[in-house]
Amino acid sequence: MIEFEAVTKQYPDGTIAVNELDLAIDAGRITVFVGPSGCGKTTSLRMINRMIDVTSGHIRIDGTDIMTSDPPVLRRGIGYVIQQAGLFPHRTVLDNVATVPVLTGMSRRAARTRAAELLETVGLPAGMAKRYPAQLSGGQQQRVGVARALAADPPVLLMDEPFSAVDPIVREGLQEELLRLQADLAKTIVFVTHDIDEAIKLGDKVAVLRTGGILAQYDEPAALLGRPVDDFVASFVGRDRGYRALGFLPAERLRLGELPLVELGGTVANARAALVDGWAVAVDEARRPLGWLSETRLATVDGSASLTDDLLVRGGSLYTHDAKAGITAGSLRSALDSALSSPAALGIAVNADGGVLGSVDASDVLAALAAARSQGEVPT
Amino acid sequence: MTGTMTWLNAHWGLVLSLSWQHWYLALIPVLIGLVVSIPLGWLATRSKVLRNTFFYLFGFLYSIPSLALFIVIPVILGTGILDPLNLIIPLTIYTIALMVRSVVDALEAVPWHVRAAATAMGFRPLHRFFAVDLPMSVPVLIAGLRVAAVSSISLVSVGALIGLSGLGDLFTEGEQHQFIGEIVIGVVGSLVLALVTDLVLVLIGRVTTPWTRVRT
Amino acid sequence: MSLWAQLWHWLTTSANWQGGTGIPTRLAEHLEYTGLTMLIAMVIAVPLGIAVGHTGRGGVIVVGVANGLRALPTLGLLTIVVLAAGIGLLPPILALVVLAIPPLLAGTYAGIRAVDPAVVDAAKGVGMRGWQVMLRVEVPNALPLIFGGIRSAALQVVATATISAYVGLGGLGRFVIDGIAEQDYTQALAGALLVAALAIVIDLVLVLVQRLVVSPGLNEVSTRSARRGTRRTRNLSAPGAEVAHTGGSSS
Repeated sequence: MIEFEAVTKQYPDGTIAVNELDLAIDAGRITVFVGPSGCGKTTSLRMINRMIDVTSGHIRIDGTDIMTSDPPVLRRGIGYVIQQAGLFPHRTVLDNVATVPVLTGMSRRAARTRAAELLETVGLPAGMAKRYPAQLSGGQQQRVGVARALAADPPVLLMDEPFSAVDPIVREGLQEELLRLQADLAKTIVFVTHDIDEAIKLGDKVAVLRTGGILAQYDEPAALLGRPVDDFVASFVGRDRGYRALGFLPAERLRLGELPLVELGGTVANARAALVDGWAVAVDEARRPLGWLSETRLATVDGSASLTDDLLVRGGSLYTHDAKAGITAGSLRSALDSALSSPAALGIAVNADGGVLGSVDASDVLAALAAARSQGEVPT
Repeated sequence: MTGTMTWLNAHWGLVLSLSWQHWYLALIPVLIGLVVSIPLGWLATRSKVLRNTFFYLFGFLYSIPSLALFIVIPVILGTGILDPLNLIIPLTIYTIALMVRSVVDALEAVPWHVRAAATAMGFRPLHRFFAVDLPMSVPVLIAGLRVAAVSSISLVSVGALIGLSGLGDLFTEGEQHQFIGEIVIGVVGSLVLALVTDLVLVLIGRVTTPWTRVRT
Repeated sequence: MSLWAQLWHWLTTSANWQGGTGIPTRLAEHLEYTGLTMLIAMVIAVPLGIAVGHTGRGGVIVVGVANGLRALPTLGLLTIVVLAAGIGLLPPILALVVLAIPPLLAGTYAGIRAVDPAVVDAAKGVGMRGWQVMLRVEVPNALPLIFGGIRSAALQVVATATISAYVGLGGLGRFVIDGIAEQDYTQALAGALLVAALAIVIDLVLVLVQRLVVSPGLNEVSTRSARRGTRRTRNLSAPGAEVAHTGGSSS
């Protein structure tokens, strides 16, 4: 557990980066510091491992004031991941990860063995070990950075905008990876980001800081969305708060409707016969959706023609109704999104293997929401 | 010290004429080198093969010690013993070896979107080169020129060993007459030339790049 | 006989390969001067460059002094030193050292400063002490540019050592200076070619050493070029690279 007690950081020229910060970070949880530029989130993080020293106030880790520790020794017990990864270009990936164990006295051989295990844990192929950082992509470098931070098995992990420099698809992968790791390792993670969506996705608790280093609100994400404490937090959290809050509501009890399914290759006339309310879904042999079939589109073609790819209307996101190892089930938010984005005004619900389960109607989602509210599942 | 000042007063004209000659012999190669380097550098940005060839070729040439080059070049070109070309050609080669790299770096540092915008506006390639690429290359080019110029000024004095006059004469004469003051004057003169040339180049750089001095 | 034929004759005359004035002796002398100078200059310049680069203080002075020393005319410095301090090995070596320091200092300082600040931050963050960061992270990463400085300095010294023959030193420059004095241009040309060959060989040897010593992870510095999306790699471990990175020598 990490405690901030009236922590202030003031620079010689007068700027106050962190202003009387009081907060307690729970052990074994992910706590996110989020806020606009100049809110002191990175400064606060860097004060935990004494990369920056406090001007006044105390920071305690498990009751011990950090000022009583020798900084390098303190840092060897804390994992530190930064935005640019900061990998040592002159060392191989394996040696990069083995850095802290070697620093704390482990034999190089033992350290390298541990490093190899960690590379696997963060999802990197074993062949990467002998490569140099310059040969890796941004996402791979970040994974190595995380592995390096975990190498000495520190109880605390500090992460300073670690995923901001990679593209959105890679970022999502890394976020999922972190959540998966955390489920296994239960470290005390302090994570800094400027992206409120990332904060809400990853944080067990989120601290919103305002410019000038002042704490605005420190709460669970659902509470942040549902009960912002003032206008600043409300606007920082964003205009789609209500919609985003749906992301926290599971949708297992959502009612799914029937969807007419047609396989490609048959005739257009057969397809037309299968349409319900002018729409049907084209699927492959494994019942995976390929696109929509619309009455208006099919009307332009002769009935005896073969049903081909180019006759499909594409559009609409998919909503995953069932979970499986590695695939999380969708929330009410993704269910609603699939209904709203579909050209047929009906969302497609699929199981964890991608096969069609049924349809999602927007009004069913809102009904599920009302049910959740009445059962007290929505924070108010 | 007084001996030196007396000598200086008596030989002021000589020192000035030697300085002028020295400066002239040093800067002509730099100017020629610059002009030759620009097209060569431009070519190098277009072709990877050329780029690598130049890299190795000029690296190789730059490694050769000056005195050696001063002797070998006249033999290859068949120029007379006291021909100033014996100095100018090697120094030009050194300048080119240095500046081609600068030109390549400078041109590659021009942001692609600036070039793209210029082309989209209707600039023909050659016009765009002179209106956009070259002006934006000035800071890097000036940095390279400063090194080339100072280097050149320092090397001209070695020319005294092959009979070419410049401030280097003061070194050889001073050594022969065991008169250290004369040498000191030569060194100071050379340093002054280097400093003045450096300042002039910095000034030219400032004047031609007003956009780098604006506070945003 | 043409000059080239005379040259060939000179190079193949066995008398020129023996004794106190023969090619091997002169070569050995030249290498001795170069080695001694580089050793002294490196002991002075490299630690200074590392220290100033690591702490960041005094950088302006260091760079200024290095640039200033580059402008010193070699012949002038040599003759002053010999007249002031007399004949012998030490005075010219002193001059050679003074001229070798600028590229070494500039290269070392530039190398340390060029290390990515994020890497230095990460090194501190994992718990390395100041000197550990300096020796285990900054220096290895600065090696390409440091080697650039070493190669530049070595060429500078080989060249200046050649000129030192004018003030009485031995070495391959002896052939050049004596050749000019005696109007024996064959000898001068031979000396010039030998010196040029020596310089090239030394540079190649240093390139080899660089390849061996510098981490393979640093050999290709990848730069996202101005052109959209393309990554251009610049090989820092090829002959001639020092021209680019330390601005070359002046001899």
